[in-house]
Amino acid sequence: MGMRTPFATISGKGSIREGTTHFWRQRLSALANIPLSLFLVWLVIRLAGADRAEMVSLIANPLIAGIIVLAIVGIFWHMALGVQVVIEDYVHKEGLKIFLIIANNFFALAIGVLSIVAVLMLSFGG
Amino acid sequence: MSQPEKQTSTQNRPLSPHLEIYRFSLTMALSILHRITGIGLYFGAILLGWWFIAAAMGPTQLDLIYFVLDNWFGQLVLLGFTWALFQHMLGGIKHFIWDVGAGLEPGQRQALSWFTIVGGLVLTALTWIIFVWI
Repeated sequence: MGMRTPFATISGKGSIREGTTHFWRQRLSALANIPLSLFLVWLVIRLAGADRAEMVSLIANPLIAGIIVLAIVGIFWHMALGVQVVIEDYVHKEGLKIFLIIANNFFALAIGVLSIVAVLMLSFGG
Repeated sequence: MSQPEKQTSTQNRPLSPHLEIYRFSLTMALSILHRITGIGLYFGAILLGWWFIAAAMGPTQLDLIYFVLDNWFGQLVLLGFTWALFQHMLGGIKHFIWDVGAGLEPGQRQALSWFTIVGGLVLTALTWIIFVWI
């Protein structure tokens, strides 16, 4: 190392792009998803086979609706991040890789937003 | 990568070694399992989203999803979904432990790995026995 600055040590070794941003967001969403997904397990068991009126009466509780929305955000964010890493690791054709990463992000966002809208509709009484 | 920007970034640096040069190990198998369960949970999340969306759309759509799930095959899918969730969750906790630099010594790695396998199966069994079958 000697007298070299930290920048000089890494300079020219290639782009760091986003650095640890992706890693950090993956861990952050993973941590949030531990309690949130356990909550969803409870919810699914509680409402298994329930009709629409029963779902509405439970999800009308703002605490329950709020936690469901948080869970949807955490889960769909985490799965978009995770599958992106799988795509980057196994798809080596640059064009196809970029296409799949875009599709993955759009798909997770779309299903996540649709799910949130659906939960809010149920919460507000259908 | 067809347009080289800099000499230094286009030289053939060593890439990560891949599967074929590794000896099989428990931690390696669980690393693969973590990805497989993760991808399985991707489809599980879509199923969960479908449930909310169907319920919001109306009773007919809600009945359709119960029709799909209320048979031995649908229940098997849900059982697998539960196991994938617990296995992936415990695998993630194992990664949190490794992230802080703990549990990486020989023996500890394997103990943590076995903990996730046994824990995943036990939590799945308990969830279904207590909340579904009783």
